[in-house]
Order: sequence, then structure tokens, then C-alpha cells
Amino acid sequence: MAALAWLAVLSGTYIIYPWYRAAPPAGTANLAAYPRSLLLSHPATSQWHLIGMEWKEHVAWLVPIAITMAAFVAIRYARDLGRQPQLRYALHGFVITSLFAAGIAGFFGAMLDKNAPVDGGNIIQVVQGGKQ
Amino acid sequence: MSTHATIVADTHAIVPNGSGAAAILAAGIGSLVVAVSGIAADKSPSLKSLFSIHKPTGALSGETTLAILVWLVAWAILEVLWRKRNVPLLRINVIALVLLGLSLLSTFPPIGDLF
Repeated sequence: MAALAWLAVLSGTYIIYPWYRAAPPAGTANLAAYPRSLLLSHPATSQWHLIGMEWKEHVAWLVPIAITMAAFVAIRYARDLGRQPQLRYALHGFVITSLFAAGIAGFFGAMLDKNAPVDGGNIIQVVQGGKQ
Repeated sequence: MSTHATIVADTHAIVPNGSGAAAILAAGIGSLVVAVSGIAADKSPSLKSLFSIHKPTGALSGETTLAILVWLVAWAILEVLWRKRNVPLLRINVIALVLLGLSLLSTFPPIGDLF
């Protein structure tokens, strides 16, 4: 679960998010390929970025931190957790809060994608090199 | 009629809670840094530029990298200090959960914008 949480935030931050926030070239009329700019171009959709994306991009990062801690404590204490109620309470608090944070990120991810789908680039450029 | 009872002593030693407390408090600190660095970058153009260590991702790359570094360093230091000790876990839990709650609230833009 911790590994999946890291995979989700790292792929979201370094693969999907750059597509979402790509700036359109000056004079671009059709913003369909530029989700952030598309949302901000209309007052009716701008809040999806200003609240939804701004919250989602940060709150999602609380999840892997909390779940990694929970995994560490669960492995480190194993059966001892049954005799350490304070540790269990903290784990419950962090795991429940992180599930809530994941829910926020998931909800806004889905709604943002409905209003301005991220299609990704047609060209995947791994390294930016100079002209030969 | 006699009753025979066998009492098995639980000789398994309880692991000191310090290691768990270190992980819990460090997670609270790391979470708060996610929120604080996001707010700071929003308020300061120079910090925003400084945090943009991966241009396509922008300031989010630096904000989260800083949070991960602070989290791991805090965890390592607390682990070294507390791993063989029992620490007042209730107080540490309260502090860590308050930090986590503050992080959750202050990542919400209308609240983050108040700072």
C-alpha cells in the first residue's frame, strides 16, 4: 500500500502534472490540449484549478508519508501492537486522515479530468537535447 | 474433582515505544512541511523559483522534495535519540496528529491564502 501511494504521487507529480500545467504557445485558440489554461480561461471552471488542483497537488503528498510511517510501525512492532494501544491509536489517526486525503485527491482528480481531460503529449521527450 | 490450570508467563519483552514515536512525530513534521512550503512558495516569487527544481512540474517538485528530506532527516534523528527508550507517547501522538490536521487544513487553498 505504501509502495502504491508513492507510485501514485510520483507518477502524478512528474508525469501527469506537467501535461496538465503545460503552457500553450502564444495565440493558441483551442486550449483543449492545455487543461490548466482551459480551466482558467472561463470563470465557471477556474475554481476547479484554483481550489481543486491547488488542494489536490499538495494534499496527495500527505498520504505516502502517513502510510509509510504506518507500514514501518506495523512491521517494527508486529504483535507488540496489541500491547501498545497508544501506538495503535496514532496509526489509526494517520491512516484514517490519509484515506481522507486520498479521497480528496481522487475526487478532484476525477472532476478535473471531466472538465479538462489530460490527454498527455503525442510526443514523449525524455531528454531535451540541442539541434544536431 | 480438581481443576488444573496452566499459567503460561508472557516472557516476550515489549519493544520500547521510542522507535514508533519517532516515526509518528517525523510523519507529522513532514506533513506540515508539505503545507508550509506550498504556502511559502505561493507567497514568495523568489521561493517559487527556487523550488522549481524540475521545470515541467514547477514549484511542486521542490516543495515536496524539501518535505521528504525534512521528514527523513527528522525521522533519522528521532530514531537515533529514542529507539531504545520509552517516551511519553500520548503527548507525541497529540502533537503529531495536530501537525497532520494543520497540514490537511492549510493545504486547502482558502485557508492557505489566509497566511
